[in-house]
Amino acid sequence: MIQVEDLYKKFGKNEVLKGLDLNIDKGGIFAVLGPNGSGKTTLIKSILGMVVPNKGSIAVSGISIKKNWKYRHEIDYLPQIANFPGNLKVKELIRMIKDLRQMPSEEERLIELFQLEPFLNKKLATLSGGTKQKVNIVLAFMFDCPLLILDEPTTGLDPASLIHLKALIQQEKNRGKTILITSHIMHFVAEVADEIIYLLEGKIYFKGTIEQLKTKTNQTDFEHAISAIASTPTDA
Amino acid sequence: MLKILKYSFYDLIRSRWSYVYFLFYLLLGFVLLFLNNDVSKAVITLMNIIIVLVPLIGTIFGVMYYYNSKEFTELLLAQPIKRSSIFLGQYLGVAGSLTLSLVLGLGIPFVLYGLFKSDAIFDFSLLLVTGAFLTMIFTALSFNIALSNENRIKGFGYAVLLWLFLAVIYDGLFLMSLIVFKEYPLDSFSLAATMFNPIDLSRTLILLKLDISALLGYTGAVFKQFFGTNQGLIISMLMLTLWTILPIWRLVFKSKKKDF
Amino acid sequence: MRYLPTVFLLLFLKTFLWAKTTPICSDCEVKSILEGVQRASDFDTLLIKNGTYKEFNILIDKPLTLLGENYPIIDGEDQGEIIRIVSDNVTIDGLFIINVGTSYTTDYAAIRVVKSENYLIQNVVLEKLFFGIYLEKSNNGKVYHNKIIGDAIDEYNSGNGIQLWYSHNVVVDRNIVQGVRDGIYLEFSDNVTINNNTSANNLRYGLHFMFSNDDVYTNNVFENNGAGVAVMFSKRIKMIGNTFRKNWGTAAFGMLLKEINDAEISGNTFEENTIGINIEGSNRIEYTNNNFIKNGWAVKVLGACYTNTFTKNNFLYNSFDISYNSKLNDNVFDQNYWSDYTGYDLDKNGVGDVPYRPVKLFSYIVNKTPETIVLLRSLFMDIIDFSEKVSPVFTPDKLLDANPLMKKAL
Repeated sequence: MIQVEDLYKKFGKNEVLKGLDLNIDKGGIFAVLGPNGSGKTTLIKSILGMVVPNKGSIAVSGISIKKNWKYRHEIDYLPQIANFPGNLKVKELIRMIKDLRQMPSEEERLIELFQLEPFLNKKLATLSGGTKQKVNIVLAFMFDCPLLILDEPTTGLDPASLIHLKALIQQEKNRGKTILITSHIMHFVAEVADEIIYLLEGKIYFKGTIEQLKTKTNQTDFEHAISAIASTPTDA
Repeated sequence: MLKILKYSFYDLIRSRWSYVYFLFYLLLGFVLLFLNNDVSKAVITLMNIIIVLVPLIGTIFGVMYYYNSKEFTELLLAQPIKRSSIFLGQYLGVAGSLTLSLVLGLGIPFVLYGLFKSDAIFDFSLLLVTGAFLTMIFTALSFNIALSNENRIKGFGYAVLLWLFLAVIYDGLFLMSLIVFKEYPLDSFSLAATMFNPIDLSRTLILLKLDISALLGYTGAVFKQFFGTNQGLIISMLMLTLWTILPIWRLVFKSKKKDF
Repeated sequence: MRYLPTVFLLLFLKTFLWAKTTPICSDCEVKSILEGVQRASDFDTLLIKNGTYKEFNILIDKPLTLLGENYPIIDGEDQGEIIRIVSDNVTIDGLFIINVGTSYTTDYAAIRVVKSENYLIQNVVLEKLFFGIYLEKSNNGKVYHNKIIGDAIDEYNSGNGIQLWYSHNVVVDRNIVQGVRDGIYLEFSDNVTINNNTSANNLRYGLHFMFSNDDVYTNNVFENNGAGVAVMFSKRIKMIGNTFRKNWGTAAFGMLLKEINDAEISGNTFEENTIGINIEGSNRIEYTNNNFIKNGWAVKVLGACYTNTFTKNNFLYNSFDISYNSKLNDNVFDQNYWSDYTGYDLDKNGVGDVPYRPVKLFSYIVNKTPETIVLLRSLFMDIIDFSEKVSPVFTPDKLLDANPLMKKAL
């Protein structure tokens, strides 16, 4: 599904990715974790083509993404901070994204699920953070793409919506999709993730299941395992 | 690209500022024509305004739109759309809506005044064409500045400085160099210096219509060739086109390399 | 002596009773004009029928009328002068004269009048000429409704359309002159009236005065000449209601005044000339009710010019209204309309409440460094001009119109 080879990225003098290799060839939920500034968002944005790597190659579904944009038809993306053009109405935004992607979509079901009907005719600038995030989720889940990238999907969500979100993620997983998630909420990660991809200093420090992680760090608690991993000598 | 253009364009057409811009020109056109009742004078006044104001508005609007639509841009970047399409679409949306405001805002009063029967129609069309070119050029320049500066305040500052430089300072330096080196033959130099500033270029284009009598008073052969024949018009138009294409090209080029 | 009136009467009657009309054509008894003139008696009419007459040096030494029928062509074949009139009371009417000889030593003319009076030259068409109609020390004549079409390229080997030299009291009316050196040229000719002529596309001047006084020209059109009208070293010329258009070029003027005194210039229109009026060393001239429209410079003042007054003129859309090359000003501008005037009229008396300064600093700069003309109408120049307007440093500070009109003067 995703092949990343020897990826380097510098912002000014700040080297964020230093020869990152990643290979995801099956479906499932992959949590991309790491301390702040470890390059999670950079990795995701590189896969999306929003960040142009200095070196290395990325392939999605076997196609190199360099000088290519059509592969993004395969990706649904939920950005970290839901910043939308403020003077658009929710309805218009959804219609616009549909118009831009020209794919079959199922936004009605999602709108109903997250109870967004009352907001459809409101301008995005007037919405609260949580509502914006719901709109964000609708936009990300309404198409049927084999790769789903969720950057901090839980931000601002109320408990009910969080449950809906988890259900949605499971549902997509069951359809055989590959889902990349970043999150700071470890309960959430522990609950949904099949595999952990841990980034440290611009490289993959650990890749494996939660169980493997716990074994490796000799911790019983996932959260402790995560915080301990950085101090554990690597054998990967 | 057309879709992005469409959305940017609609977005702008609905925004308050486009209306303000449009109404400003509409009002200006009506005041100039119907209070003054003098097409020739109106054209001269308009020229002064177009040369100064259109670049300023294009610059400020361009920078403002770019920074304000950052979210929109990022949303689009994750979509299966070519990068150049996103930026070209947005650019054309801004430049297009500004041009439309200008052309309609000034065009309507002039048409109502009965311009088609007046012999000032050619001067006036030239004015609008020049205004359109200036809008395209300065919006493109401001997009370039915004693209290269993450910091809004810096970007805004640079854009206004660029305008100030091209609208006023450049001519001041130009004049000083002409006076300092007046012992030398300067006609090629002065024409070349004109070419490197789109505002001067547009001004020259309009001078060709309004002040040809004065321009032909100068003795230099290069001047005579330039102003006395169609050469001046053709070269100026070509240069303006080049001035439009180059920043757009850089915009596309830079946007491909930029990280978001 | 008592019989003298009777003798005159008889002579007069003889003139009319015995005066006869002789037809000239290729089939007639008289086949050439020269022959016709030689055989004619005083006051005869030679009726020249349609056809081509290859003749030159036709000397008319008696009072005759040469009347062309359907414009007969007199082809001089570039041999020299074609018609020379040395007698009073000669009329030339309806001829088509072509191919006057060109010479660097002699001013060959299509029709030359020498020391004669009461002549009338009308309805004549001249083409391919050197000089057209040349009046030499010939007073009291009329040149009416002729058409002179030259093909002059260089000044040095071309002549003038209508030239007056020491010829007084002549009327030049309704002629069309184009493509020669000077359309109409006057030298030492006083009391000449020049009306309703069109002088266009001439190499040098449409109309040119030298050392000629008390002349009047009205309602003429001067277009696209090297310069419209040049008035030099002359006095008391009246210039009324003429149009000066599109005289474009480095040294092109609608009107050039040089060493002129006491003239009156009113009701003229100067449109799209590089310089509307160029004034050098001219005094006591009154400019009233003229229109200066879209000229490069409406009025350019060089050298010492004193006590000229400009009143009720319209200065419309000129690149520069007035240009001075000195700080001295002894001329008066009053109650003119300036399209560049931006003042206001709070008391609604039709006169602006702040004076207008017609001389811009930029015109001063352009005089010094001509290339700066490309900066015309730039914002920078406007700023500079504005500061000069507020506190004049380089331009004559007393040069202003204290009563600028708010509406065009009629």
